[in-house]
Amino acid sequence: MADFDVPVLKEYPVIPVIQPGSMAHLSPYKSKPDHNTGIGFPGELVDDWHDKAVAKIGDMVKNSRALQVFLDICVKCGACTDKCHYFLGTGDPKNMPVARQDLLRKVYRRHYTFAGKFFGALGIPGFVGAADLTKEVLDDWYTYFHQCSQCRRCSVFCPYGIDTAEISMAAREIMDTIGIGSKYNNEIIVKAHKIGNNLGLPEPALVNTMEGLEEDVKDETGIDVKFPVDVKGADVLLITPSADFFAEPHIDGLIGYAKVFHQAGISWTLSSYASEAANFSMFIGSGDNLKKQAMRIRDAAMDLGVKRIVSGECGHAWRVAYSFWNTLIGPFDFLDPNYPVPQHICELTHDLIARGALKIDKEANDHRIITFHDSCNVSRASRMGNTPGGQFTIPRDIIKSVANNFHDMAPETIHENTFCCGGGGGLLTDDLVELRVKGAMPRMEALKHVIDDHGVNYLTAICAICKSQFAKVLPYYDHPMDMIGSLHQLVSTAIQLGDKE
Amino acid sequence: MATIDVAGNAVEVDEEGYLADRGDWNEEIATEMAKIDDCELSDNHWEVIKFLREYYEEYQIAPAVRVLTKAIGKKLGPDKGNSKYLYELFPYGPAKQACKYAGLPKPTGCV
Repeated sequence: MADFDVPVLKEYPVIPVIQPGSMAHLSPYKSKPDHNTGIGFPGELVDDWHDKAVAKIGDMVKNSRALQVFLDICVKCGACTDKCHYFLGTGDPKNMPVARQDLLRKVYRRHYTFAGKFFGALGIPGFVGAADLTKEVLDDWYTYFHQCSQCRRCSVFCPYGIDTAEISMAAREIMDTIGIGSKYNNEIIVKAHKIGNNLGLPEPALVNTMEGLEEDVKDETGIDVKFPVDVKGADVLLITPSADFFAEPHIDGLIGYAKVFHQAGISWTLSSYASEAANFSMFIGSGDNLKKQAMRIRDAAMDLGVKRIVSGECGHAWRVAYSFWNTLIGPFDFLDPNYPVPQHICELTHDLIARGALKIDKEANDHRIITFHDSCNVSRASRMGNTPGGQFTIPRDIIKSVANNFHDMAPETIHENTFCCGGGGGLLTDDLVELRVKGAMPRMEALKHVIDDHGVNYLTAICAICKSQFAKVLPYYDHPMDMIGSLHQLVSTAIQLGDKE
Repeated sequence: MATIDVAGNAVEVDEEGYLADRGDWNEEIATEMAKIDDCELSDNHWEVIKFLREYYEEYQIAPAVRVLTKAIGKKLGPDKGNSKYLYELFPYGPAKQACKYAGLPKPTGCV
């Protein structure tokens, strides 16, 4: 089924033999001019791209002390080298986090350090690890900064905490500034600005889809569970990845959220104006677009007069909401201060279960033997609840409250050590399937162990990208595509609707 | 711009093989696109393609997979109204592959 070699899963993790250049052939399609101009960048590579890019690096390190420290401080200790799923799956040494960082670092060093300027002027910048920005270097940037899912696993192991995601975002921003963007990301951001979601799903289609779900749930349960759109005065605005409206298995998670709201008696609504939780502008490091996308949600919340904003199962949306919203689009003094701003659907469901507000039939999930994949942006860039590590315990507590069979994967592959699904950070595109399959290898290896040892048949995640990615790559590793499901699909299966006793 | 050859005419497609101009679409193009993927279009394939085009006409977007499976279940019988059957018809994914043959843009986002 593949025109590349699918990695062979091993008994225990093995650091691969390096294969220089093994992934040099793979980069995503470049965006069309109108995708770039639609988000404020030049349509095509500008004539003075070299000078513009070098100047942009200078601007960025001036504006971000973090970025400058990350570029200055690496001592090449090597702790990160075997931590990246893309390196582990491909063996390409440029997928070692330090080597990826160095692609940008060497140009920064050439122009913004004394040593780089001095030896650069002598024509030997390489003597101090500096390099000129040539077309070849630029091509390497495009290739290898689109082989980073910005998952931040390497930063957990870096003794200095260097965050490769920040560097990869910066590099993409620099490339966009000179007119080079990836089609997948930029086309989507244009749609989100224009229509309100990544799919380009207009309001009538959203309403039609939600009406269909109301029929489905009524047919299945006999209960009138509502999927409201644009209801003014509702208590909760639910923002969720638009994949939840469109794709399998995501939509079963959406049905789960609706059942929870219904059974708890919470009035809620979607917004057709802000019908997207995801914010791909983060993936391309564009602050202006990030803010513009996030602002739609604030505007919708004010317009609808809601008291809280709840985020559905989306990894990077939760990072943006939890970690950036307050400075980006705050303050949120118009919302009810008795609830967290923002609130994750898992926090909401967890509280309701803890208070006994939901009637649960755990046996309804007995046909499932479940494991949980921690999504990177939830695990390493945000939190849930009031205690450290809540983002790990809350989803697992929910699973254990609604199902009897749960087994965690190996400790070095979960919680803050979690491996990326292989499709995050704006790489979830068909033109990168080879990378996605190879990058999923470490997660697939850990999954195989719980399948072999415990008969796991259900992999659950709380991120739309993870779900789509696993549905795509599981068959390459001989697992059924439908073994991936939403966490709230488990809730949906177990929740007992109707009158409370 | 890439092209595919349909009965001697060059038809413009994007780098992923989706029709550049939706207005160009006709059944021969769909058949040719399927042939490129080693897929022969049966009556059941055409039911899906027809439904996608009708839905797009009304809503300017491809239907959610759930909406599609329900509609196909009504037309072809309940045993065919599931995504497993649609994957048998369109192994590269019903949303993307069927949209391509129907001349619709590729669904974008986390799908």
